[in-house]
Amino acid sequence: MSATTEETHAAGTGTDGLLALAERVAGWARPGEEVEVYVARGTETEVRAYEGEVESLTSATSAGIGIRVVTDHRLGFAWAGSLDESVLGETLGEARDNAAFATPDEHVRLAVPDGVPAVEVDLWDDGLAGIPTAAKIELALGLEARTRGADPRIRQVDSADYGDVSAEAALVSTTGIRSSSRKTSGYLSVSVIAGEGDSSQTGGGFSVGRGFDGLDPDRAMDDAVSRAVRLLGATKGPSGRSTVVFDRRMATALLSIVSSALSGEAVAKGRSFFAGRVGEQVGHPGLTLVDDPTDPRAYGAAAYDAEGLACRRNALIEGGVLRGFLYDTVSASRAGVASTGSAVRGGYAGTPGPGCRALTLAPGPEGYDEDGVLAAVGEGLFVQSLTGLHSGVNPISGDFSVGAEGLMIRGGKLAEPVREITVASTLQRMLLSLEAVGADVEWLPGIAAGQTLAIGDMQISGA
Amino acid sequence: MIETPVLERVLSEALRNGGDFAEVFAEDRSNSSAVLDDKRVEELASGRERGAGIRVVSGDTTGFAHTADLSEDGLLRAAEAASAVARGGAGGARTIALGPAVTERGDRTGGRTGSKSDALELLERADEAARASGAGISQVQAGFGTSTRRVLIANSDGLLAGDEQARTRFSVSCVALGDTGMQTGYETAARTLGFELFDEVSVEELARTAASQALAKLSARPAPSGELPVVLAGGSGGILFHEACGHGLEADHIVKDASVYTGKVGQQVASTLVTLVDDGTVGSEWGTFGVDDEGRPAQRNVLIEDGILTDYLWDYLRARKEGRMSSGNGRRQSYRDLPMVRMTNTFLLPGDADADEIVAQTPRGVYVAKLGGGQVNTTTGDFVFGTTMAYLIEDGVITEPLRDANLIGNGPEILRRIDAVATDFSMTPGTCGKDGQSVPVGCGQATMRLTGVTIGGTAE
Repeated sequence: MSATTEETHAAGTGTDGLLALAERVAGWARPGEEVEVYVARGTETEVRAYEGEVESLTSATSAGIGIRVVTDHRLGFAWAGSLDESVLGETLGEARDNAAFATPDEHVRLAVPDGVPAVEVDLWDDGLAGIPTAAKIELALGLEARTRGADPRIRQVDSADYGDVSAEAALVSTTGIRSSSRKTSGYLSVSVIAGEGDSSQTGGGFSVGRGFDGLDPDRAMDDAVSRAVRLLGATKGPSGRSTVVFDRRMATALLSIVSSALSGEAVAKGRSFFAGRVGEQVGHPGLTLVDDPTDPRAYGAAAYDAEGLACRRNALIEGGVLRGFLYDTVSASRAGVASTGSAVRGGYAGTPGPGCRALTLAPGPEGYDEDGVLAAVGEGLFVQSLTGLHSGVNPISGDFSVGAEGLMIRGGKLAEPVREITVASTLQRMLLSLEAVGADVEWLPGIAAGQTLAIGDMQISGA
Repeated sequence: MIETPVLERVLSEALRNGGDFAEVFAEDRSNSSAVLDDKRVEELASGRERGAGIRVVSGDTTGFAHTADLSEDGLLRAAEAASAVARGGAGGARTIALGPAVTERGDRTGGRTGSKSDALELLERADEAARASGAGISQVQAGFGTSTRRVLIANSDGLLAGDEQARTRFSVSCVALGDTGMQTGYETAARTLGFELFDEVSVEELARTAASQALAKLSARPAPSGELPVVLAGGSGGILFHEACGHGLEADHIVKDASVYTGKVGQQVASTLVTLVDDGTVGSEWGTFGVDDEGRPAQRNVLIEDGILTDYLWDYLRARKEGRMSSGNGRRQSYRDLPMVRMTNTFLLPGDADADEIVAQTPRGVYVAKLGGGQVNTTTGDFVFGTTMAYLIEDGVITEPLRDANLIGNGPEILRRIDAVATDFSMTPGTCGKDGQSVPVGCGQATMRLTGVTIGGTAE
């Protein structure tokens, strides 16, 4: 009998089957042992189009298990990229063995139900499973062909992709946790090279959704083309102090970085510049930052966190005053508070830790869109692309220095393009120097909303 | 992992609908890791995964499917899914006969395993050494990870190849706390070895280096902004070359005309001091392997010689289009991924200048002792790389430490601005990310000077 058939027997179909499997493995716990079993399964399709042909078509299914064992306040973890019957017991045994080597820590424990009801969010598109591969191929080829003809300055369409994922997961523990979730997502993305004379510039665009329907090729195309074309002829911009406007996509990236300093674990371990500052003014009075995964529009929306507790709305900064941090069960115990339902994990091969899923800034009272923010700023730099975010931003010290591309802002409007410049400050100073938050909220892939931001007093290094 | 007759039948099935090429890539990987943080061993983790990725190439189209099920049934199902793209092709039964297995291990040794307690002892020693480096050290995290990866590759050309890759890494990150806030230091050692890594590397020394960076930066002043000469210390990060030109020499970017280096073979693209090599066979460096993930033995490729571009890096697919052989640079993160053109160990050959002299002859500039990561846009050549330990050079002397900053430049421009290369060559390990896939790579260079680079500090 093939392993897959066994798996079907073991895990059944749908999340009920996964729950039953997780329950069965958790049932193997020995006395005195806490066991948490996370099982996940997914299917994905990816189509890449290039020059009128399918460059690649990937179809795949995957499944895996991650087990945490806590014995005498020691934690062990093991995972396997399979749900084969033979693998389950082996993985539990390995987690058990690992626990024996950890340092006992009174705060180490599994989550227990806290009575907070989950807000059900519908993240599943039933229609996706019925979409034939041919339709997905057609969408990717159509995106490629239209983008190629969108503007005479488009020299190359590097890649035009369609992708979708269906994922199901279940979590069961001997401490009373029992949760399951399922989620579908689809995307279109396109990346182009525009050229004019000696100048070549690149741009990318995408459209995301819960499934196949609703994906918008025009949106992906327009975004990629306009981003590449408007940078043509860019020169190294001038050095100096300036207000910088970050477009929605870059704002998502910035908020994601700030979020790592709001982790209760980073704070407890002295790795956050926010440590010890609850109740203090850490940002501009107009800065209100909330993580709310119960908002179904959010890309990272979820009913349950990675330890099976209900996700909930957590206010982190209000009126510039730091209100609190995000906790999972262990970091909450260390801080002497309750979990905020903020555990996240990177699939079955990862262990949970506190993190954001759906950050948003409260929009300013003016209700600005991008043009509104530009008009309000008057003179400055508009940034549409940042590089070196992983090498140039230190969420512990707060030092911030990244490469940027974009356009100068003159008279409240976008002017000439610039490239090969850096923008620098510290995260601490950037929070205090917030000049405008757009009301143009767009939920982009990632853990934070996109909304146009203006930040004052940044150092630009260029020509 | 999989019997040869099974592989032959699966390859035949993959070409049932037609297609020019089929390949089975099977992988069995086990990982174990341990983290000591906040003075506690917090997490020991073990993981195991095995599976196969099957691809079918038909004209310019690749079909790909992967499965965790290595039974013949499982593999046949994946082959059928991958072959869907070849529908309408020639079709017909095609018999595949695999040749004798090629297993190239070079002169690497390694794979010695250590016990979990051995690993924990190393973590504790590193923690102690870091904390003993100074009262300012407020937090230490030490991490250990080791993996064994067995790969098996068979394709419709009759190739059958395998490799076993043991990799081990050890890292220490420190936080120092002072009047000016917090600063960080990070060091890592990583080799294509098992526990032999620790015959070569002292974890205490690693820990002390990480701690001294964090402590030094407590008194750092903001980095300057604007263009200045930059001296890169030997081994501080050949990542400059990895970003500034390595990615731009990957044939997948070249064939799509998405690189500034397209069409430049035979041309002077760098200072005559630049000879750039990518070599997957170097000792036990982090980017070393026996055969690549398409079954091609690792090899040494000279990319730039005395400033003249000599060749690009190739994988099977891109080489086939050009009617040439792969250069042994087809790599993938796991069986779940299609191979791409990737670097291995990429380095600038040493020159003949004296490292101290280079500094002494720099009136004002920035001395980079250690680089963090970087990023490049291959189409424009614009790249950044971050400093994690840098100092000012004033009147030919290394003076004050600087806070972290990114440096920004343009690949083709910066390669022409190299005016001195010293003899003190060394390599550093790194993780290279491309199109969502991460692979281990090595980078290397001797102390060298760039006549001008834009530094993205906050000082005016």
